[in-house]
Amino acid sequence: MRYLPLTDTDREDMLARIGVPDVDALFSDVPAGKLLTAPLDLPRTKGELEVERIMARMAGRNVAASSVPFFVGAGAYKHHVPATVDHLIQRSEFLTSYTPYQPEIAQGTLQYLFEFQTQVAALTGMEVANASMYDGSTGTGEAVLMAHRVTKRRKAVLSGGLHPHYAEVVRTLSEMANDAVVSLPPDVSANEDILSQIDDETSCVVVQNPDVFGNLRDLTPIAAKAQAHGALLIAVFTEIVSLGAIVPPGAMGADIVVGEGQSIGNALNFGGPYVGLFAAKSKYIRQMPGRLCGETVDSTGQRGFVLTLSTREQHIRRDKATSNICTNSGLCVLAFTIHMTLLGQAGLSRLAEVNHANAVKLADMLAGVKGVTVLNASFFNEFTVKLGKPAAAVVEALAAKGILAGVPVSRLLPKAGLDDLLLVASTEINTDEDRAAFVAALAEVL
Amino acid sequence: MLNRQGRPTQSSAAATEQHATFTGNKALQQIEPLIFEIGHHETTGVDIDAPAPFKSRLGKHARKGEIGLPGLSEPETMRHYVRLSQKNYGIDTGLFPLGSCTMKHNARLNEKTARMPGFSDVHPLQPVSTVPGALEVMLELSHYLMTLTGMPAVALSPKAGAHGEACGMMAIKAAIAAKGEGATRTVVLVPESAHGTNPATAALIGFSVRSVPARDDGTVAVEDVKALLGPDIAAIMLTNPNTCGIFEPQIVEIAAAMHEAGAYFYCDGANFNAIVGKARPGDLGVDAMHINLHKTFSTPHGGGGPGAGPVVLSERLAPYAPVPFIHVEAGTPRLVENAADAPPGNVPFGRMTAFHGQMGMYVRALTYMLSHGADGMKQASEDAVLNANYIRAGLSDLMSLPFPDHPSMHEALFDDEWLKGTGVSTLDFAKAMIDEGYHPMTVYFPLVVHGAMLIEPTESESKASLDLFIATLRDLAMAAKGNDKERFTAAPHHAPIRRLDETRAARQPVLKWVKPAPVAEAAE
Repeated sequence: MRYLPLTDTDREDMLARIGVPDVDALFSDVPAGKLLTAPLDLPRTKGELEVERIMARMAGRNVAASSVPFFVGAGAYKHHVPATVDHLIQRSEFLTSYTPYQPEIAQGTLQYLFEFQTQVAALTGMEVANASMYDGSTGTGEAVLMAHRVTKRRKAVLSGGLHPHYAEVVRTLSEMANDAVVSLPPDVSANEDILSQIDDETSCVVVQNPDVFGNLRDLTPIAAKAQAHGALLIAVFTEIVSLGAIVPPGAMGADIVVGEGQSIGNALNFGGPYVGLFAAKSKYIRQMPGRLCGETVDSTGQRGFVLTLSTREQHIRRDKATSNICTNSGLCVLAFTIHMTLLGQAGLSRLAEVNHANAVKLADMLAGVKGVTVLNASFFNEFTVKLGKPAAAVVEALAAKGILAGVPVSRLLPKAGLDDLLLVASTEINTDEDRAAFVAALAEVL
Repeated sequence: MLNRQGRPTQSSAAATEQHATFTGNKALQQIEPLIFEIGHHETTGVDIDAPAPFKSRLGKHARKGEIGLPGLSEPETMRHYVRLSQKNYGIDTGLFPLGSCTMKHNARLNEKTARMPGFSDVHPLQPVSTVPGALEVMLELSHYLMTLTGMPAVALSPKAGAHGEACGMMAIKAAIAAKGEGATRTVVLVPESAHGTNPATAALIGFSVRSVPARDDGTVAVEDVKALLGPDIAAIMLTNPNTCGIFEPQIVEIAAAMHEAGAYFYCDGANFNAIVGKARPGDLGVDAMHINLHKTFSTPHGGGGPGAGPVVLSERLAPYAPVPFIHVEAGTPRLVENAADAPPGNVPFGRMTAFHGQMGMYVRALTYMLSHGADGMKQASEDAVLNANYIRAGLSDLMSLPFPDHPSMHEALFDDEWLKGTGVSTLDFAKAMIDEGYHPMTVYFPLVVHGAMLIEPTESESKASLDLFIATLRDLAMAAKGNDKERFTAAPHHAPIRRLDETRAARQPVLKWVKPAPVAEAAE
């Protein structure tokens, strides 16, 4: 087996050195009758060529985003990732290293974490950011728990514009911990009355911007009302590229900002791995979940970086920890921070501008299709259209024509009476030909 | 003999001294500033054309003012990250015996398959009819995981080990609630030797934690568990093989005792690499166990993730598995994304994450499984155990074993008894290993062992590699005992940076770069 260096002679020599007759003697603590004697009913070792063929066959059954006109978003976005990113993240010293427990031989990881934290803080307009969560949805769950610790209250209010999967993750976690959650109904037009839900028992208000329907929201009044009642505003985003174009949540008074970083540097990957971004006001750092990287000096005074404030974490605090998270999204962080370094603010602003321009073009074209209404007053690179027909069937019909048109709202919110709504995203990848093909096919299908 | 050029054949005395360089660099070791110190706000390494003029639909929400982020050109970016990478130690650099982390070889075939556009360039919410190959990967991976563990169900979506723990414990909580015992069964038993994630997970989802004492031989005794059992006990979270590297000899009795008391057995599967193809958790009475795909199935650790933590579930817990999952009806797989669409008999407790979990990791793990096959995976576990015991045999006359009465599984645990009186601590010893070109073992864990040193070589090491490692540790051990304190207490001497002041980092946290205030010009 190509991955195993020991030869049979080595094995015999080593068993002799250990002083046991065979390897099963080392498994003597396995209870009687529980040590397997027969091989498991699975195929035998395969060579690289054969494995590659098997995997390629399965991969070939899926329609890749880059092979068709592609407009699917709703929390994961197809963007162009520079070739440099994927080359660099595959360097052995990054790919095969671990959590930087030994900082003297992990300054590479630690420095990019420090740079990443700085980038995320700048993008979100917040004072501090951590070294990542698993993804935006689990990060949102952690943000709610953090708000509960800060406020010593146990009730979260979720906007109806929050991604339904995110809301479900929060509800699952809260139900398990016996915390209260008020989930507002789906808010297609961003006109819900969330302010009246905030009272003196509210721990936090969770609002997404741009929301899951693509609307842009002013969070300022929500922050003001929440803070007047001693509650926190948790601002969520699923499209980090939007922050190149819109007012960042920090500037609107958010206490915690959490969201999905997949759009920068990371592939779609059918939903994972992604990277959760998590930022907050600095007065709350001791209640933050996850790893934090901090600057310090070595014994000669040279600048260096270490994981810090680890007394918040599970390996020290155990059942009193701020979270159970251990492994996070290191390599996805690296992809994010390299891509963001390549972009800089100049590139990010331009990228955001192109995304918005493409979405506006598409929205205007779709609005010209008979039976289609664009519902959003404002949007960034995603918006909601009303089709007058069940969107799921329309999407299937378009897929059959080789166009991946978007996400039917009913897929995220079944039985909500929103079956004729479609979420459509457009990024820099879309060409005029893509848009023309989409609009023509949609006109045929409707 | 024929050195007619008068070329020096050994370094002169002067050359052995430390020479300060103008740059502060040391040949291949380059000091690398932060991107904020070398980049510019107007620089970008990505060329994107400006769009044709259009009417913005951002309304009043358009960003005002700068973000405040520099960019770098492509060559500068490449050099920055290559230099950073050179300050890192990875599995490909050398032996990485970090106990409990299973730092095994990461085959590049796995990276190649994960990057096939049919896997990497597929959206989680594109029509299910366009991703049959993705469902096939998930089903195939599930089949392997269930076969290897002897368990009837698996929830794939958890994002890492601790997330898998939460998933398993939520299933247990849901099952308890379904029996109407939610208000009474509120306590989870956790051995003192457990990973910190176990008690943290139990607390996260509203259980209180009661500690199970460690026995002198490093195992958990069924009598100690029984003594704690009662109507308030929901579950035990037990690692097997345990964190001391020992297969729990009474695991079957412990499982039976839990079940008899109406409670559940959560097994922490972090150490599954020791027993793949050798023993199945399903045969031992386990109700739920997460599997760290980034440990046992070699998906890269990537500097701290991403991981993947699928959870195998017993018949009793399977109905509570979270969405999404794949249900096969008459040979046709169906992706169930909402509880309302769950087939009869299924009552999902909720959702762990957006979308469907770590597909990129599923592909890598499945590639590993196909490559190894049943025979290769079994051999890998045997070699992992053999390697750990070989290291133990090579060191146990110099270093002290806290639990000599049990064979080690895939990791060998030493304590610091043998360092007593030397003035050298476990940490010092670890730092001296860095100078020798090794990543240190896990230190000070498990907490039940004083000055613990947990060595997990994995199956990826050759005998020659192990022999050099043993020889090196023997040399270090003799130096520690021989009063060569400076080799340890000031170590590492040869790393890119010397020992770091962690206290300062925690006392005055500096968590991001801040532009230094301009230095006032000195008065003439």
